[in-house]
Amino acid sequence: MITANAAAVSATRGGAALAKLALRRGERSLLASIGLHGALISASFVSVFPIFWVLVTSFKPDTKAISPQPKLLDESNIDNYLNVLSGAKGDFLGWFGNSVLIAGLTTALAVFVAASTGYALSRFRFPGRRSLLLGFLAIQMFPFAVLIVPLYNLLLGLGLQGRALGLVLVYCSTTVPFCTYMLKGYFDTVPTDIDEAGRMDGLSPFGVFWRLVLPLAKPGLAVTAFYAFVTAWGEVAFASAFLSAADESKTLAVGLQVFIQQNRTEWGHLSAASILVALPAVAVFYLVQRFLVGGLSAGAVKG
Amino acid sequence: MAEVAYVNASRVFPGNPPVRAVDNLELAVADGEFLVLVGPSGSGKSTALRMLAGLEDVDEGTISIGGRDVTNVPPKGRDIAMVFQSYALYPHMTVAENMGFALKLRGVPRTRIKEKVGEAARMLDLEKFLDRKPKALSGGQRQRVAMGRAIVREPSVFLMDEPLSNLDAKLRVETRANIAALQQRLGTTTIYVTHDQVEAMTMGHRVAVLKDGVLQQCASPRELYERPANAFVAGFIGSPAMNLKTVPLTGEGAQLDGVVVPLPREVLDAVAAERLTEITFGVRPESLRLVGADEGDAVGRAFELTVELVEELGADAYVYGSARVGDRPERFIVRVDGRTPPAFGQRVRVAVRDLDEVHVFHPETGERLSG
Ligand SMILES: Nc1ncnc2c1ncn2[C@@H]1O[C@H](COP(=O)(O)OP(=O)(O)OP(=O)(O)O)[C@@H](O)[C@H]1O
Ligand SMILES: [Mg+2]
Repeated sequence: MITANAAAVSATRGGAALAKLALRRGERSLLASIGLHGALISASFVSVFPIFWVLVTSFKPDTKAISPQPKLLDESNIDNYLNVLSGAKGDFLGWFGNSVLIAGLTTALAVFVAASTGYALSRFRFPGRRSLLLGFLAIQMFPFAVLIVPLYNLLLGLGLQGRALGLVLVYCSTTVPFCTYMLKGYFDTVPTDIDEAGRMDGLSPFGVFWRLVLPLAKPGLAVTAFYAFVTAWGEVAFASAFLSAADESKTLAVGLQVFIQQNRTEWGHLSAASILVALPAVAVFYLVQRFLVGGLSAGAVKG
Repeated sequence: MAEVAYVNASRVFPGNPPVRAVDNLELAVADGEFLVLVGPSGSGKSTALRMLAGLEDVDEGTISIGGRDVTNVPPKGRDIAMVFQSYALYPHMTVAENMGFALKLRGVPRTRIKEKVGEAARMLDLEKFLDRKPKALSGGQRQRVAMGRAIVREPSVFLMDEPLSNLDAKLRVETRANIAALQQRLGTTTIYVTHDQVEAMTMGHRVAVLKDGVLQQCASPRELYERPANAFVAGFIGSPAMNLKTVPLTGEGAQLDGVVVPLPREVLDAVAAERLTEITFGVRPESLRLVGADEGDAVGRAFELTVELVEELGADAYVYGSARVGDRPERFIVRVDGRTPPAFGQRVRVAVRDLDEVHVFHPETGERLSG
């Protein structure tokens, strides 16, 4: 009986294999489907759950936030948010403004510098081009922590230590190499014929860059802008070293430390503040994600 | 409207050794003329065109447009429109914006732009597509948009770099005729690059043949065909190619498989002056004919050919066969009547139709010796 069953099973397997051969393009077998969905679901869970838990925690009072038997709802309310926003725990809105200013300036400056550098690297052959590219690559491998002391000295020399502009420059020096690399790659995908057609139509070299190449590299610009913003937004080490210790000059990421004190951590408030900090990053992502579709330069050439 | 002149213009690409992509080009194009630049791949056609456009430096010599020296003028100051092989349409702009972009940059009022774009679109049958982006167009439509972008500007010179090479054969023939007609109508000086000699012969008022950056000959299509200046032009223009063979000389003519093809007096004089024992002998497939068995008088003037391949094209057929020249076999192509082609392996006798149609070139320099 059992052997008969086994035979039947193997027969159906054979049938399935045959059916698999007959699958049309774009269709998946059941097994592949299950495997694929399983992998996707577990990956999503791994990345979403911690954030979800921060969200859950942010509504709980500090005393209930950490518990041996965690519950989804445990005297949950929005007091944490109200406390954080009202400034009862520190000048949250002031920090928020500082962060917006610093991250925004960093984004604008880094993207502008990286775009013009990337364009030059993509279009012109000049002495030192290769070493510059190599340098940008090598810089990425440095642990940025080792830069704190030399940068501190530099900023002191420039008279920018403790000022927001100094921090912006520091962020640019870490983001520009990556952004330049990224954008050079994007510009390389825009055919040089388009530049030349623009020159013939009466654009100056800068006009070509501004009116043709930049619009065509929007996806690349979006990615680099997002990268620069997020880097500056969440950074702690440089921000604590290069901004003055005064409470009103802190960025959000530095300010959040008020919730972590020597003998007690206000987990509920910390979570609420974290959620508030994450929102602008999400907003920026939403703003740029519609450009993150490839194929913008499709149609330029014969195709 | 303007005439164009290259005066000893060269472009030398740095390298080891440096590449003289265009070498001492001396070429004058008349106002309203349609000049075709033709040559094999890598002969410097595109480079010559781009030098005129201002996209490539002129390392030696000068270039002038309409009598004005533009050697160091940037592209925007040259009043030239160019159609690229890849079309190079702006992907983020609609067809109308693509066509009107140059006018917009010049500050032409919006209504005027619209008018001119509409006019060009009507001419090129593009009215339905004005609001589309290039990626939503077929290859032929994109080609027309690229043409339209050039026309709308009413430049003094049109430059076209192989604008038809991305189209299928039928569309290419059609577009070829359209471009020629359009140029006729607009009367704008046009320089057109192609490697397709049929395009060159059918479209150009004059054709300039380039090889390795050096201008070989610039003449009307007929002149180029009938009196090629050297062996390269002779072999390049015409399809199938001219039969070009190095043959030994006798006192009164060229020695071909026991047959002496008599040569005109002036050629023999030129040959004697140079003390040559061999010449490059050229005869087009249609200048050869099969000799019937009944033509007794042709004996002594016809040579024998063993048929190796017959290409039937309907009205005509081309016979590829080998004949002995000196002590080695050489392949000849003969055009014959398509209704009665010889069979494979058959031995046929071939004679030159008219001695005026024989071309003689110097065996080393390739220069034309016959008048
Ligand atoms: N930027 C460059 N650097 C070095 N050499 C170059 C450069 N551009 C072109 N050349 C060389 O110059 C010569 C002429 O090139 P060009 O593009 O003008 O040829 P072409 O006649 O247009 O050929 P095709 O029919 O294949 O387009 C070639 O030998 C090419 O290798
Ligand atoms: Mg070319």
